[in-house]
Formats: sequence, structure tokens, C-alpha cells
Amino acid sequence: MIGAACAYYAARSGLSVTVIDRGPVAGGTTGAGEGNLLVSDKEPGPELDLALLSTRLWRELSERLPAGIEFEAKGGLVVASGDPGMNALRDFAAAQTKAGVQADEVPAPLLRDLEPHLSPALTGGFHYPQDAQVQPALAAAHLLRASGARIRTGEEVTAVLTGAGGEVRGVRTPAGDLHAPYVVNAAGTWGGELARLAGAFLPVMPRRGFVLVTEPLPRVVRHKVYAADYVADVASGSAALQTSAVVEGTPAGPVLIGASRERVGFDRTLSVEVLRRLADGATALFPMLAKVRAIRTYTGFRPYLPDHLPAIGADPGVPGLLHACGHEGAGIGLAPATGLLVARLLTGDEPPLDVRPFLPGRFAPAA
Amino acid sequence: MPSSASEPYDLTVIGAGAAGLAGAGAAARLGLSVALLDASGQPGGQYFRHPAPALGARRPQALHHDWSAFTHLRRGLASGGIDHRTFHHVWTVTRDSDGLWSAHALTGADGDGDRPARVRARAILLATGAYERQLPFPGWTLPGVVGAGGAQAMLKSGLVLPGKRIVVAGSGPLLLAVASSLAGAGADVPVVVEASGYLGYARHPRALATNPHKLLEAAVHGSALLRHRVSLRTRSAVTEAHGTDRVEAVTVSRIDRHWRPVPGTDRRIACDALAVGHGLIPQTELVTGLGCATRRTPDGTQALSLDDFQETSVAGLWAAGETGGTGGWQLARTEGELAGIAVAARLRGEPTLTGSARVRKLRRRRDRMRAFADAMAAAHSPGPGWSDWLTDDTDVCRCEEVTAGRIHEAVTCFGAHDARTVKLLTRAGMGWCQGRMCATAVACLAASGTAEGTVPPSAERRPLAVPVPLGVLGALEEPPSTAESAD
Repeated sequence: MIGAACAYYAARSGLSVTVIDRGPVAGGTTGAGEGNLLVSDKEPGPELDLALLSTRLWRELSERLPAGIEFEAKGGLVVASGDPGMNALRDFAAAQTKAGVQADEVPAPLLRDLEPHLSPALTGGFHYPQDAQVQPALAAAHLLRASGARIRTGEEVTAVLTGAGGEVRGVRTPAGDLHAPYVVNAAGTWGGELARLAGAFLPVMPRRGFVLVTEPLPRVVRHKVYAADYVADVASGSAALQTSAVVEGTPAGPVLIGASRERVGFDRTLSVEVLRRLADGATALFPMLAKVRAIRTYTGFRPYLPDHLPAIGADPGVPGLLHACGHEGAGIGLAPATGLLVARLLTGDEPPLDVRPFLPGRFAPAA
Repeated sequence: MPSSASEPYDLTVIGAGAAGLAGAGAAARLGLSVALLDASGQPGGQYFRHPAPALGARRPQALHHDWSAFTHLRRGLASGGIDHRTFHHVWTVTRDSDGLWSAHALTGADGDGDRPARVRARAILLATGAYERQLPFPGWTLPGVVGAGGAQAMLKSGLVLPGKRIVVAGSGPLLLAVASSLAGAGADVPVVVEASGYLGYARHPRALATNPHKLLEAAVHGSALLRHRVSLRTRSAVTEAHGTDRVEAVTVSRIDRHWRPVPGTDRRIACDALAVGHGLIPQTELVTGLGCATRRTPDGTQALSLDDFQETSVAGLWAAGETGGTGGWQLARTEGELAGIAVAARLRGEPTLTGSARVRKLRRRRDRMRAFADAMAAAHSPGPGWSDWLTDDTDVCRCEEVTAGRIHEAVTCFGAHDARTVKLLTRAGMGWCQGRMCATAVACLAASGTAEGTVPPSAERRPLAVPVPLGVLGALEEPPSTAESAD
């Protein structure tokens, strides 16, 4: 997704672009996500600024791209069960509001107006009308196609070519050398490996997540609904398993249930314990889901950087190499702003926001 | 038998067909405690499927030539050491932190029982058989179009026929058996339409000569077909089914050796049912997620790679029968017994058990039948030209109503050259059956843009082998250090 967005905005800026992927389109984390476009889970700071810009860009894109991307401005609903949780949510929303987020408190009696099947035991929540969703694989495929870039899928980059001064000159694949003065590393969770090929350093690590998919249902869940502890889990850096209930319907019918986070490398083995916790969390929010059957589950690896901010911008050591990866679980949402930022950096135009917090140079190479 | 619920079994056998019964029996005779799990209420699997006692069938063996073999296998259940758990729908198998295996199952006739089960054991024998391979054609979603194996299963378990005048079509040795059962039960079977020629068998004279029982089987079916005046049309395929509320006729076309329909050879045949199937697909999803290696069979399916004693590439996981490649019930029984002995040899620390004369005989028999099965698979392998009989509006994925045209668009416009990407971009295979019906077709269509171009392997990765209610999932016990079975 990030690569597609970089290609789209770079090509629109008049650059000649080739996209290379060792797999198919959306074959990595993009195809394993839910397609969240969220501002609600972000505290004020650089990532929220990036998300707010992306929210505007996604709305533009949704008008330019075919309806097939399944863009839905459905809004988010964050719920709390208990007064301490509700108070924390209130403080969080107040700070977000100052940063430009729209957040409306929903008292308990009105929760069921927004989501009729929510558990009556909840204390209250906040409605975030800016939250939205796309079908990520379709969004990436359509964006890539709309970019007009040359696309070379199923081709793995085996080397990054450099010139006498250490500057990048292109990449090598089994099909031959491709020369270009700029190389953008949008390899997501595998961005650390690509950086290493170029002689650079980027500590991207996989953070595994499972999604449970139910049988197709009529629209019983209207918003993206999640429990307040999700925000704390997203911000945590712990390697241990964390789960929080995130529930949403899709235009195709199935309800998607997340979210788990654990750092276990690239292990795809099914974890019954993760599924148990996801199902438990979802049925606590929506008791009617207890009778509904999960028909499949999938897993993906979020590209995790230690400070939870993506790496966007020039590599400090290798001229011509730019990074655009490490967006963790927010890559679909943050893609357009990242792509625009990269395009502006490539053309030397004024970036749409301050790029400094994202610069890859913030990670000192390991000793 | 474990002395308490928390004590694990030595072996969990999944599937109570020929392979599972033979495996459980062999292991139990060698002193192992065995849990035999099966989704059905009675043993037998697909081949020895028979009416439930409640139906009051007086001669359940009427449809089986090999009933005595089954009663022999079934007798093993009564001789102790085997805990036969019926109505157990295993949805996943996991390896626990203590190295034991857990089979997680829904219970109840339809998986709607109150309490799920978690059955722990030191080893697993996967004997889950196979399911039927389907290739779509215009009209295949009409009522009255049923799977060939499905038609036989209906007959065996419920003594019902899918229609009065039934065309049997597709490819594979099952077709003759199905036609002969249907005709024997009183249906009018005007024709068996087989896509391959049987000449393919002649390329493997050795495999034929060393498997005389297979010739005998063919002769039995052949004479039954003659008796019922069923004609056999080879190198032909049903390329369209016609009808509005129900199938009323089919178009049968000659096809070339790549399975491309030959223009001008269409012939319309009236019928009120069509039983169609293109061979069997090994049902391996419970273990592929655990990393078991697979091999591509000569007819383009993925089967488990097994060693000489039926063990998968993951130590502690054995498999027998169709999961290692389609081969019929006799091969399944042989492999099951071999696996049961091999598990006992490993768990009891007595490797000499696998050196007995019996084991040598089983291995020889297994190798001989496998060779025949592979020769047969090669003869019935679908040719790439089958997709020529699709129209753009033919549904390929029935669950999600994804047409051939949309898949074609994903391949040509978005560069989707593998089944997973087609699925992500079109939803083909994401529905209720999880691609069991359409995965072969989708994979073929995705590969049509690639150099390979033939039937590519379909990856059997379904983390949930059966749908699981969220309430059941959420109420599972937390992972215990002293895990115990839930019932």
C-alpha cells in the first residue's frame, strides 16, 4: 500500500516510476490488514498530524478511484466499560480535539442508537466521524493501476546498485539491472532487509496480528467499534501478547474481529489462545455475536519500529535512498500522506508537514 | 485408555474411514491408548458410508462389495484401547508448549453441541480423506447438479437418488463406480461422460499388472454398466447444463487432449440430474498450517509428503489414506495399519516393530498401490483447456458469486497470477466453503496468464477447518499448564 501511494504521488509529480515487488500486489501486510483509516487511536503528535492529512487525501482518492476500493466513511466508536476507562477516554479525546480531531462523547443510553447490538453493560464512548475504512488489497491494486507506474511483480531486488560516491544508482533483480537516481524502500515489514542490502540500517521488526472473520451477516455492526484499551495496546512496545476487541462490519457481509499484537518473529502458526481472546472480547462488546460462526482467520506482520513512528525520508548514509516503511498497524491509513511526503522530497518541493520526526536517521546503527 | 480426563492419549486418530480404523486398530493392538475422532455418528468414512440405524435399512451392505472388510475393521473398535468419539468436528490441531498435540473439536451432530472438546495426545494420525474436485461450467449452479461423490454419499447414507435420469460426468475412476451404484439403485443413467481416455492407463502397464484387484473392480463396474445399458463416452465433457428452475438437459462436447471443446461436436442430452466430479482433493488443512510438507500429485492436487512409515515432515504427525494422495480404500487401509504400527514403534521405543514380516508386506502392498494410484491420477489430470467452456458470466466462486469475467479482470488488469491475490481482489474463495469448491478453478484461471499455464497446486491453508461459533471460541479454557480435555 505504501509503495502504491508513493508511486501514485511521485508519478503525479511528473516522475518516471517503476514499482518492484518480489510478491504479487498487496502480498505482504497490506493483504493481511483490515484497511483501517483511523485518527481515533492516535494521541496528539506527528503521527496524528500524518493521519489527519491522510484522512483528507483518502477522501480525495475515494472520489478519484473506482468504488471497488470499498471506501466507507463509517466513523469509529470507542467504548469504555467502567468509569475509570470513560474518564481516560474523555481526557484522551479532549487532547485530540485540540489537535483537530472531531470526537463526540456518547453517553451510555445513546450508544445503542449508534450500534443497536452493543452490550448494555458499557459505560459510554466517543464517536469519531473521521474514521473510515477501505478494502486494502483492492485499494492498493487500484491506486497502483491509477499511478500509471511500470509494475514488476514477482521480481525480487537482490542488490541495491551504488556509484563511486556511495549514492544509489538503481537496483538489481534476477531480470536485470534497473537504473534510477532514487530508490524508495517501501518494503514494509521487510524494510530492514532492504535497507541492509543498501548498506543502511533500519530496525523494522514484525509484530504479529490475527484477524477473525465471521460468516456473512446483514449489517449488524455499523462503525468500527473498539474497546478503550486498544489505544494503550497500540502504544505499547511489549513483546508479550496483547489483545483488545476491535469489531467492524464490511460491505461484503463478514464481521472482522481484531486485534492482537505480539512479537514472535515471522511465525504464522495459529494461536488458539489469541483466537480465544479475540472472540471473548468481541462477544463482550456484541453479545449477539456469540452464536455467529467464525469461518476463517488470517495473520499478518505489522512493520514495527521501536518508537512507533514510521520512517519516512532520506537515509542518512546512502544518498538517493529514501525510506517509507515501519507504519506498524496504520500503514493503510497513513499511506497517502506518506506517498505525498515522499513525492515532495523527491521533487524538492515543500513537504505538506514537518518531516523531521519521521526521518530514518533517528535510529543509531547498532554498535 | 487414559486413567483420567487430564491424561493424554498416546494417539489421536482423526477420521474413522478405512485409514483411520486400520490405524487405530493397529495402534491399539500394540498397546497404545487411542482416541478416534470422527465428525459422523458411525464409523466408515466416505467409502463405507451406510445408513444410520434409525433409517432401518435391512441390508446396509447392499451398496458395498467389500462389506466384510469393513465389518472386520469395525470389529477392532470393540476390542478395547480405542475411545471412538463420534460427532467430533476437529477445527484445528495445535502443538502445546509441553510437546503434546491438541485436537480442538466441536461436538454434536452438526457441531452445535454444548461443549467443545480438546483431545490431547502424544501423536496424531491424520486420516481425513479427501473431498471432490469441481470444475465450473455454465449452469453448474442449477438445482439437480450434484457432485458425483456427493450423489453416491446420498445413496449410501440415505438411500436417495438425486434424480430419475442422471448423467454422470467429469473425470476419474469414481465415475464408473458412481454410475454403477446409481443404475443399480434404479436410476436411468443414459451416459457416463469421461474427459480423459482410458488409454492413459496403458502407459503404466507395470502398475496395472501388479494391481489385479483394480482390474477386477473395473470389470465389476463395467459389467454392471453393460447390464444397465449405460454408455461410456470418453474424451468428452459436459460443457453446459440447461434449465430454469432445475437442470433439464446438458450439452456434451468432444474435447481434445488439452480438454479444449472441439467445435461442432455438441450434443444435447435430456436429464433431470447431473452427477459431476473431477477426482478428489486430499483434505490436509488440519496439518498444513503446522508446516507439513506437501507434494504435487500427477493430477495436480497437493498431498502430504510422507516417509516410508507414513510420517509427515513434522515429527509426531502421521497420515494415511487420501491425505497422502488419492488411492482408494484398500490403499488407505494398508497405510493406516502401517502408520499405526509405526506410531507404536516410536512411542514404545521399539523400532524393531517396524521390521516385522507384516510391515514388510504392508510396505510392498502400499508401494504397489501408490504406483497404480499415481498412474491413474496422471491419466485423469485435467487439461488446461477446460476453462474454454466458461463464459464471462459463469459463477466460479458460488459462495461469493464471483464470475469468471471478474477473475479474468483481476488477472489481466491487476496482475493477480496466484490464487491468493485473486481471492484478495475478488473475494473468490472467501465464502462459506472456504474455496473447497472453487480453489482449483481459481488457481487455474490465475495461472492462465503465466508460463506454467496448467493446473497449479492449490494451497490447502484453512486455519479453521470448520466454522466455529464465537461463543465457543471465546469460552475455551485458557491454556492450562495441566491441560485437560473438555468433556
